[in-house]
Amino acid sequence: MSNTEKWKDINKSREKRPKVQEYKNWKELPPIPISLPIDGAIGITGDWRTFRPIIDQDGCNKCGICWMYCPEGSIINKEDGTFEVDLTYCKGCGICAKECPTNNIEMKRESDITHE
Amino acid sequence: MSKARKDFTQEQETKIIKGNVSAAYAAKSARVQVIGAYPITPQTTVVEKLSEFVDSGSMPGTQYIKVESEHSAMASMVGASMTGTRTFTATSGQGLFYMNEMLHWATGTRLPIVTAIASRGPAPPWNIWADFTDVISQRDTGWMCSFCATHQEIYDEILMSYKVCEDYEILLPKFVAYGGFILSHTSKPVIIEDQEAVDNYLPPLPDEKGWPHIFMDPERPMMFGNLIMPSGFYSEFRLKIHDAHMKAKEKIKNAAKEFEKSFGRNYGNGLTQQYKMNDAEVGMLIYGDLALQMEEAVDLVREEGYKVGMVKLRYFRPFPVEDIINIAKSVKVLGVMDRATAFGSPTGGPVSSEVKTAIEGVEKTAKILPMIGGLGGREVTLEQQTEQLKILIKMNETGDAPGDLFHGTLWHGKLEVE
Amino acid sequence: MVTIKQALDDEIACKEWFLPGNSCCAGCGLEIALRWAMKALGPNTALVTPASCLNVVIGLWPKTAPNFPFTNMAFAAGASAATGISEAYKAKAYRFPGKVWEKMTTLVFAGDGGTTDIGIQALSGAAERNSNIIYTCYDNEAYMNTGIQRSSSTPHGAKTTTTVFGKERFKKNLPAILAAHEIPYVATCSISEPLDIYEKYKKAKDIEGCKYIHILAPCPPGWNYPSEDTVELARLAVKTGVWPLYEIENGILTLHKKSKSLVDPSKRAPLVDYLSRQKRFSNISEQALIKLQERIAHDWDNIKAKLRAQEK
Repeated sequence: MSNTEKWKDINKSREKRPKVQEYKNWKELPPIPISLPIDGAIGITGDWRTFRPIIDQDGCNKCGICWMYCPEGSIINKEDGTFEVDLTYCKGCGICAKECPTNNIEMKRESDITHE
Repeated sequence: MSKARKDFTQEQETKIIKGNVSAAYAAKSARVQVIGAYPITPQTTVVEKLSEFVDSGSMPGTQYIKVESEHSAMASMVGASMTGTRTFTATSGQGLFYMNEMLHWATGTRLPIVTAIASRGPAPPWNIWADFTDVISQRDTGWMCSFCATHQEIYDEILMSYKVCEDYEILLPKFVAYGGFILSHTSKPVIIEDQEAVDNYLPPLPDEKGWPHIFMDPERPMMFGNLIMPSGFYSEFRLKIHDAHMKAKEKIKNAAKEFEKSFGRNYGNGLTQQYKMNDAEVGMLIYGDLALQMEEAVDLVREEGYKVGMVKLRYFRPFPVEDIINIAKSVKVLGVMDRATAFGSPTGGPVSSEVKTAIEGVEKTAKILPMIGGLGGREVTLEQQTEQLKILIKMNETGDAPGDLFHGTLWHGKLEVE
Repeated sequence: MVTIKQALDDEIACKEWFLPGNSCCAGCGLEIALRWAMKALGPNTALVTPASCLNVVIGLWPKTAPNFPFTNMAFAAGASAATGISEAYKAKAYRFPGKVWEKMTTLVFAGDGGTTDIGIQALSGAAERNSNIIYTCYDNEAYMNTGIQRSSSTPHGAKTTTTVFGKERFKKNLPAILAAHEIPYVATCSISEPLDIYEKYKKAKDIEGCKYIHILAPCPPGWNYPSEDTVELARLAVKTGVWPLYEIENGILTLHKKSKSLVDPSKRAPLVDYLSRQKRFSNISEQALIKLQERIAHDWDNIKAKLRAQEK
């Protein structure tokens, strides 16, 4: 396939097309700027965080309210029914800690964690 | 619904119809799938006729969105086209201005939307009669733009447009403009072509996958229109639009050639159409309905022994620079008649300004006489058109431009009431 | 009533369709709204978003967060472009019957500016035509994307960058305007009740015609409060009666259980509880406060009257 046809890969199904489009010059570009879905479209948003949510698994009643309210979809429901924070994208808004009915999530300053 | 009504049926047939109806028949022949339109004088009979077609079942499967404004008309066309369907709408003057924002969306999304324009003069004061300022003022939206001189040409040009616009190397929207009332509301015989012949001429309707560059398909999720930083490829995507316009010139020529092969009607090379230019010493470049009567004027003046000719400008965008240079080299004086205004431009007329730019730096070209006339539907008589040709002849003989130019341009046919 | 457990067990609802790592602010109310709308609708949905925060939070070209067909659109063109898409799906379904095109949902997610101001004409047109779309207004009560300017959805007394001493006029009641169009479904939601959002979208998906859902979505920088309070503020808006949760199905109004008791004014939480948590109301005058309270009472009187008329 010539370079100028490279963009036509965006036409393929979810699995078959490239995860990220890369173009070097204008001749390779598709007719219009199409974006493809990907986690972290804007980057590792976990870097934004000032406070980190820490779930105390022992006191967790597995109600899922943290999962329900997390705006980012960064709380993962694990096979065993427990919940875990995906720190790659968690922005540290603190909604999960505030809404947890058993007060089981603590927001800890990132700088303190690094020092520990 | 009976089986006969389930598919588009049409045998070749000559009908005596209005220009607007001719446009509606073209949309039907092209099997457009989605129409979004809002009425405006003088376009109204296009939407009325289409409504009749759709409601009577003679355009099966076609969705007709009766929108509440032109902005929404074009927005619905953008939405429908990006989903992968053939689309059609029509408007005029003020409606076209109201669409302006969405016109840019259509170009930026590279959607082959074809829009018929029954041109009218911009308000204020209200004017609803032929004047191409409406469509020409959308010059920089990136839409292709052509003019029609006859009722038949409206039908033919809309078909040719789909062929050009939907070419995967082009993918651009296009206006097909014709003078309000002069063509839109008068009736003439128009050949409506056999459906199968039209199907063979046009590219097939978009398949299930839609266009190659945009699709609203859950199997292939994509997002369109997000931010591109100045350091991204923004200007390169703009460059590609211009590139498509430049490439379209060849495609337009091919579409016209194939059209002649299929249906026997000739439209010059597609971009321009010449009339008695072979031995002409002076020529008139003219567009839209004025071109039809100008043929007669050329004949009359030729009877008096003068070598005059006429060039019908079919395409304004892409602008046929090469044709214009050749024409300007072949004659000594070239009049450029605009039924439109471009205030503050070099000549005051949009096409004459473009012609001057096109021949810039080319040696041995004709003297250009910019002319403006027929604004807001003002009648341009045969006598006036022969007079215009004679002004060009005199200019060729004496070497001097006429004395009564207004800022370098001849505004012909001004009212002089005694 | 759907439970969290059921949502977690649902093949579609357990997944994230608006992918993480986008540029929504921390604690964004819009994100909760969209996340739950998409959990209900699933990937066979095409989303149109006129100019708003959602236009830019999805990421920069060539990457994006929505994992379903999604297009940005001109500010005034949300409802009309969506109509075009929805009609094009019909046209495609005609040519390719029995395929996914018959099952597609066309969704609009517009901000309050794109809905109550510049987009109202196209929306009214779509509503009157009864175009087969779900139109959502995620309401953060000002032009947040351009820097917190007042919109017609900004409440009385709120400070924005163009109403520095608080807005004089009241919030435009758009759900009522849409209900007056007599469309088959109008609903209000609050991001404090995600499962309610989920259920309302599930319901809307199966209704043919124009559906309108208005979601209150607090905005931490715009309303000026700490990001962890987003859900709490949306909840207080419901509790105080500022934001009644209801649905109007074929003209019949039903209150959500969290709003039902608030018909009785004594059951409403004090308005100050809601206002005092947001700095946009920090300078609100006594007079404005009274006017706001009167307004809430007035809105509830209308709801009461409507309910009473229905009983008859």
